[in-house]
Amino acid sequence: MPSPEALQARLLAAFPTARVEVNDLTGTADHFQAVVVAPEFQGKSRIEQHKMVYAALGELMTEGAIHALALTTRAP
Amino acid sequence: MSDDIRARIEGFIKGHHVMLFMKGTKQFPACGFSNAVVEILKKEAAPFETFNILSDPEMRQALKEYSSWPTFPQLYIDGKFVGGCDIVTEMHQSGELKKELAAARKPVQAAG
Repeated sequence: MPSPEALQARLLAAFPTARVEVNDLTGTADHFQAVVVAPEFQGKSRIEQHKMVYAALGELMTEGAIHALALTTRAP
Repeated sequence: MSDDIRARIEGFIKGHHVMLFMKGTKQFPACGFSNAVVEILKKEAAPFETFNILSDPEMRQALKEYSSWPTFPQLYIDGKFVGGCDIVTEMHQSGELKKELAAARKPVQAAG
């Protein structure tokens, strides 16, 4: 199970100047809440922004390590 | 993704103005995020259809690819992917969802 720090590191690798907050909602390292404020999101729709975050998280998202991710994204 | 399953997905999203692919059913949501979207659609008084992806692993996998979206719930309005729980919640709060739903409820004008 990934730690919030692991998620944060992935997100910062993809969005180096972003403000990234990740919380483990349940203490079980599989239900997370994340806020990502990144200049890369400028001009993108919310769907595109969320897709960019999912892409950055890669297999953590697609292979079931993360069961739930409540996500807030915006441009600074 | 097989043509069969693509046709099934398109049957659902084109056959219903508001189509929610979710974990569990409208009556018994099996996940807090799915439940949240069901409750929002009820508040918006929007007629909607649901499909329980937990009952069909093939559809579950195919929908992730079809929508390019790794999680559920997934909401479609008039055949267009709107988003997951977070986006739907934001749109509900901002009033955008009400607009989209109102547009979806308008009868399609006959051509000609």
